[in-house]
Amino acid sequence: MSAPPAMSEPLLDVRGLQKFFPITKGFLQRTVGHVRAVDGVDFTVNEGETLGLVGESGCGKTTASRCILRAVDPTGGEILYRTRAGKVVDLATLSSSELLPLRTEIQMIFQDPFGSLNPRMTLLDNVGEPLLVNGIGNRRERTDRVAELLRLVGLRPEFMHRFPHAFSGGQRQRIAIARALATNPRLVVADEPVSALDVSIQAQVLNLLLELQSRLKLTFLFVAHDLSVVRHISDRIAVMYVGQLVELAPTAEIFGQPQHPYTAALMRAVPVADPRVRTADGILGGEVPSPAAPPSGCYFHPRCRHAVARCRVEAPELREIAPGHFTRCHLAGEVTF
Amino acid sequence: MTSDQTPLLSVRDLKVSFTLDEGLVRAVDGTSFDVMPGQVLGVVGESGCGKSVTMRAILQLVERPGRITGGEIRFRRRDGGEPVDLARLSPRGAEMRDIRGGEIALIPQEPMAAFSPVHTVGDQIVEAIQLHSHRWEAGGRKLSRRDARDITVGLFRDVGISMPEQRVDAFSWQLSGGLRQRAMIAMALSCKPSLLIADEPTTAIDVTTQAQVLALLRDLQAKYNTAIIFITHDLGVIAQMASYVVVMYLGRVMEEGPVDEIFHAPKHPYTKALLRSIPSLYGETRVALPVISGALPHPFNRPPGCPFHPRCPDVMERCSAAVPSLQPVAPNQLASCFLYHDQADAG
Ligand SMILES: Nc1ncnc2c1ncn2[C@@H]1O[C@H](COP(=O)(O)OP(=O)(O)OP(=O)(O)O)[C@@H](O)[C@H]1O
Ligand SMILES: Nc1ncnc2c1ncn2[C@@H]1O[C@H](COP(=O)(O)OP(=O)(O)OP(=O)(O)O)[C@@H](O)[C@H]1O
Ligand code: SF4
Ligand code: SF4
Ligand SMILES: [Mg+2]
Ligand SMILES: [Mg+2]
Repeated sequence: MSAPPAMSEPLLDVRGLQKFFPITKGFLQRTVGHVRAVDGVDFTVNEGETLGLVGESGCGKTTASRCILRAVDPTGGEILYRTRAGKVVDLATLSSSELLPLRTEIQMIFQDPFGSLNPRMTLLDNVGEPLLVNGIGNRRERTDRVAELLRLVGLRPEFMHRFPHAFSGGQRQRIAIARALATNPRLVVADEPVSALDVSIQAQVLNLLLELQSRLKLTFLFVAHDLSVVRHISDRIAVMYVGQLVELAPTAEIFGQPQHPYTAALMRAVPVADPRVRTADGILGGEVPSPAAPPSGCYFHPRCRHAVARCRVEAPELREIAPGHFTRCHLAGEVTF
Repeated sequence: MTSDQTPLLSVRDLKVSFTLDEGLVRAVDGTSFDVMPGQVLGVVGESGCGKSVTMRAILQLVERPGRITGGEIRFRRRDGGEPVDLARLSPRGAEMRDIRGGEIALIPQEPMAAFSPVHTVGDQIVEAIQLHSHRWEAGGRKLSRRDARDITVGLFRDVGISMPEQRVDAFSWQLSGGLRQRAMIAMALSCKPSLLIADEPTTAIDVTTQAQVLALLRDLQAKYNTAIIFITHDLGVIAQMASYVVVMYLGRVMEEGPVDEIFHAPKHPYTKALLRSIPSLYGETRVALPVISGALPHPFNRPPGCPFHPRCPDVMERCSAAVPSLQPVAPNQLASCFLYHDQADAG
């Protein structure tokens, strides 16, 4: 729909992001270890583009998103954000009063539209809440804005006096999107926004997101585990494994020539919706390791069919193997995965 | 339905409704399909279309205030003889209990609900094996705990659980999602069923684990020649697993046929729309997907006539007046749609 934007200064530049959760034990809540939920995530998001963030359950997608929103405080790393005023700030270290004016610029859409909407509030109050919280407009202006937002997501403004339970799952997700757009954000972090929806409704919501993006020049960080969905909506894709970013590249390139064995395995595992195309052999064995006790060396080595001795001891760094194509694998470039 | 084999299971015009204060939910409203011995039948449909309720009806597990209000569920038992109509059996009677878990096994949709948290998974499977001892021992002798445990360890090995001797002593909550799913499959196989019903067995697990579980089910199917009803809303899983497909919408079968026909020559407007609306791994990206307009109707507000008519791009005048019945529309393929025939249902 829109061409990938030219390389400019990124809107968001995440560097070496880490988030550890303490594991406590006993009556005194002694810290006996850490869950390294996010442990080495680097990516940029350019203005107007969609970066897809994929990976299996527990790899740290939600935690990374929550760090960017500062719903949790990162353990380490930088989250450089270029504000509307053109200033670059580090979201990781801003105080809550410094964050406040930026709250309108960055918004989130969640997987569960039931959870993110208050069932006891009408659509007017649900969708208008971010305006109220940020002290934008009077009641009259907020009502007008909510009507406009509902129209934008394809719902009738008359619905604003109804409660969320009167709407279907897909309609509720539209309401949640309207709410996220209330403050005219620049960056929208969408955490599995279509995962809970039926296939026929999923297509409606994906189309809506694409349309809103081109109309409002939005920038998306789109988190999901469904590779077909992520491929459909993203300009570039970042793949996570056990808290780390393992590959990042433009969509066509990562699907055409994956440069990390995990990405390749992930793609082969997707059941193709065509009985004439048999899902390829080479199913990935084993299980995702716990982020509380990741393997030595390359976190993927116990499951990697290309692993060599070096992989067990030496942790690979994320490196740029081709312009804009990053991978965390010792053998990338030497082996086709 | 078109094979000259006799079906193992034959569901005809099944109806299940729930009587609630707010009204009557006709969860299953005249569903018909056959399962052939050794066949993998895929049942696909969006949330709430009645997939799970249909399967619970087959096992006589529909909970109050729901009940089977019509139709037949003819099942051919292992001992030969005439098929029994499961819909007529008493849910708690001896025959139904013997069939349930003995000849038809269910892998339920909620993985946590399948095992009790207070007993080890091994103990629960050992108990099931002892209960159905006659399936493992000629002559009907009750198996000892020890023998049943050996069988359990073997089953764990069959379903690809590493260190099976230790894993049988684990509690379900100590197992990862993938292992729990495998243990559940082992439990389902413990009675040597002739029909295995897998209700969204991979929906809650990751794609690489899903690939492992699907491969496992395929291997087991080939090894034991068990018929499987595979329920999912994932068209990719259906394409890779099923040989014959039933497409459901609002408690009715819209279309059924061999997997290749359903994906490459779908007839029913709902099947066609559903296939078009999923993003593929090969299509053009960042373009609008063809959508099915509107939303799934609320279960209390079933549309009159063809259930799909409010959303159907090909809707005609009579579609809201009469309910199209499931009729042959091509060799091996059936559809409920007035575009292909003018047979309406009486009820
Ligand atoms: N508040 C917390 N305290 C302790 N551990 C946590 C907390 N939040 C997340 N974790 C752990 O951090 C890891 C990453 O979790 P996260 O929710 O970010 O994963 P995810 O990629 O979003 O997974 P999913 O696909 O299941 O949503 C997991 O191991 C999780 O158990
Ligand atoms: N115990 C119950 N009481 C009332 N209504 C019920 C009950 N169980 C199911 N239903 C209704 O029956 C209909 C069919 O439900 P069912 O669980 O069979 O759907 P499904 O196709 O399995 O959906 P999903 O893909 O979400 O599992 C739904 O409208 C549901 O609300
Ligand atoms: S570094 Fe080694 S183990 Fe890790 S992905 Fe590359 S080849 Fe596999
Ligand atoms: S019967 Fe009519 S409304 Fe129903 S699917 Fe066929 S054409 Fe569409
Ligand atoms: Mg998450
Ligand atoms: Mg179900």
